[in-house]
Amino acid sequence: MSFRSIVLAKQVPDTQNLTARAMKPDGTVNRAALPAIFNPHDLNALEVGLNLRDKFGGEVILITMGPWMAAEVVREALYRGADEAVLLTDRRFAGSDTLATSYALAQAVRKMGEVDLVLCGSQAIDGDTAQVGPQVAEKLGLPQLTFVQEIEEVRETGVVVKRTIENGYERLRAPLPVLMTVTSEVNIPRPPRAKLIMQYKKARAPVEVRIEAEREFENYTGVDRDEIIAKKTEERMAALRDQGLLLTEWNLERIEAQEERCGFAGSPTKVRETESVVLRARESKTYDPTEEGLKGLVEELADSRILG
Amino acid sequence: MADAPKVWVVAETSGSGLSEVSLELLSKASELAGKLKTGVAAALVGYSIEPLAPELISYGADVVFLAQDERLKDYLANPYAKIIARLLAEEKPEIVLYGASSTGRDLAPRVASQIRAGLTADCTDLKIGDHKDLKTGKVYRNILFQVRPAFGGNIIATIVNLDHRPQMSTVREGVMRMSQPQASRRGEVIEVPVELSPEDFLVEVLERVEAQRKVNLKGANIIVSGGAGVGSRENFRLIHEFAEVLDAEVGASRAAVDAGFVSKEHQVGQTGTTVRPKLYIACGISGSVQHQAGMSEAGKILAINTDPEAPIMNIAHYKIIGDLNEVIPQLIKTHKASGR
Repeated sequence: MSFRSIVLAKQVPDTQNLTARAMKPDGTVNRAALPAIFNPHDLNALEVGLNLRDKFGGEVILITMGPWMAAEVVREALYRGADEAVLLTDRRFAGSDTLATSYALAQAVRKMGEVDLVLCGSQAIDGDTAQVGPQVAEKLGLPQLTFVQEIEEVRETGVVVKRTIENGYERLRAPLPVLMTVTSEVNIPRPPRAKLIMQYKKARAPVEVRIEAEREFENYTGVDRDEIIAKKTEERMAALRDQGLLLTEWNLERIEAQEERCGFAGSPTKVRETESVVLRARESKTYDPTEEGLKGLVEELADSRILG
Repeated sequence: MADAPKVWVVAETSGSGLSEVSLELLSKASELAGKLKTGVAAALVGYSIEPLAPELISYGADVVFLAQDERLKDYLANPYAKIIARLLAEEKPEIVLYGASSTGRDLAPRVASQIRAGLTADCTDLKIGDHKDLKTGKVYRNILFQVRPAFGGNIIATIVNLDHRPQMSTVREGVMRMSQPQASRRGEVIEVPVELSPEDFLVEVLERVEAQRKVNLKGANIIVSGGAGVGSRENFRLIHEFAEVLDAEVGASRAAVDAGFVSKEHQVGQTGTTVRPKLYIACGISGSVQHQAGMSEAGKILAINTDPEAPIMNIAHYKIIGDLNEVIPQLIKTHKASGR
């Protein structure tokens, strides 16, 4: 008995640790000040796959879709023990809403051949839609188990899980292959392994190699600039490949996606406008954390008939 | 009704009755339908659910589509999505609303994928408006403006669907206000044929365990809420104790729930419960916009935090800058001493 799992992960801005430092003077959030991280629930999904492989054998493959910076998620997956990890990146994916994203991800999963489990975090902390998992499941024609808080049993014949519902849970049984989205309750993700960090920290995706070369020759004005950049990129990619450090990168053609179903064109929802939230100060009273101060507060609340 | 209703609510049941969120959505749907000069339809899937149709009508549905089958007694993503997707493809509504419940959040994306429609999650407001596309200059009249916090709640985005129909949204319970039912309303009930195959029933519900709704955040007068600043599950006892003294409900920020300090049903915010208490006491909560989306309509907000710069301080009416581990016991003592 062994299981082949595919984990879908997203790189997200760390919106959970919003500190005063990330606030601009006008009261809006400085998005650039937020670090990019591996979506926390996706780490739980990766852990499910790794744990099954360690127990029963098999394989864990991670796919992340995003701009070139998302290569960091690929490395982090390798640091934690994924057998393979793919960066799905293409300018034509830009502007994807959940429908276009799930289409591209489903196409990528199809390219992986036979799979037992497709695993995702229940939601990403930036958009919080929780839509991509079920949408990928539908596109692949797989049954879905969403918001899984506990995995009771995994066998070749199927899985039994607890799914979070309002005020409780439901126990569900499903055959394999199945797509599962997991919550943070399902496990505690393992940390990266020092040995694997040493092994993969220099691994690069082709897109990173090209961008590094472009930056290097940013100020070079010779007519052969593009040629030089192309040559450098080729050389470095070849060297990385020899060392087994060239990360797998797929584009739109590689997953045989229809361009009109990707990116902005393939997204029914459009952003009409965005408004930065301005956290305007309200008129307020401050009370000292002393016996006297708190007494004043309790009295104020009582007088305004809020307490008592 | 001469024309078919163009605003739909995919209703759901909870226990033996309809979910509150479905009734709230019918109120919103009626308002949207009024602007579009159309009617409201509700779709309900399940087994022996026809007694619920009059209630859907009393809350605003002009037409109720019922899909009933013994195999549909429990909610299951595949067959429910198949039925709803087929209905939507046939009836072609303009707008479809779902509760952002454990059912709606499982069902709506599967339907959206099947019919390739846009879906906007956790909307906090829905309006009808005209949109001019800046690139093409084309004007889209009377489309749905779907308002939701995004980017961890740090921006408020208005989402539109230009060329795809239906326009679909999910909305959390408690976000839209429920209007009074009118027993005199009349509507039509249409039975939908159920065509399903065994492959639609690969998933099996073994058991459903639901506690009685113990946490009643929506109806609470006072809520004592704890955040990441509480520090541990053990420390969270202080929040429970404080709430008990004040006869209040216990709330929590998402960070506290994710850290395992307290269970999910206590979560206040865009992805939790929207609350409107007389007094909201935020203890060790920094106050992300997602959290604020669920509690900023509280009558009064008291923030207890060591960080005077925390965003929650901007919306607090009363502030205490200090360590909640010292402040709360002192507040409990003072409150008890006041004898109220």
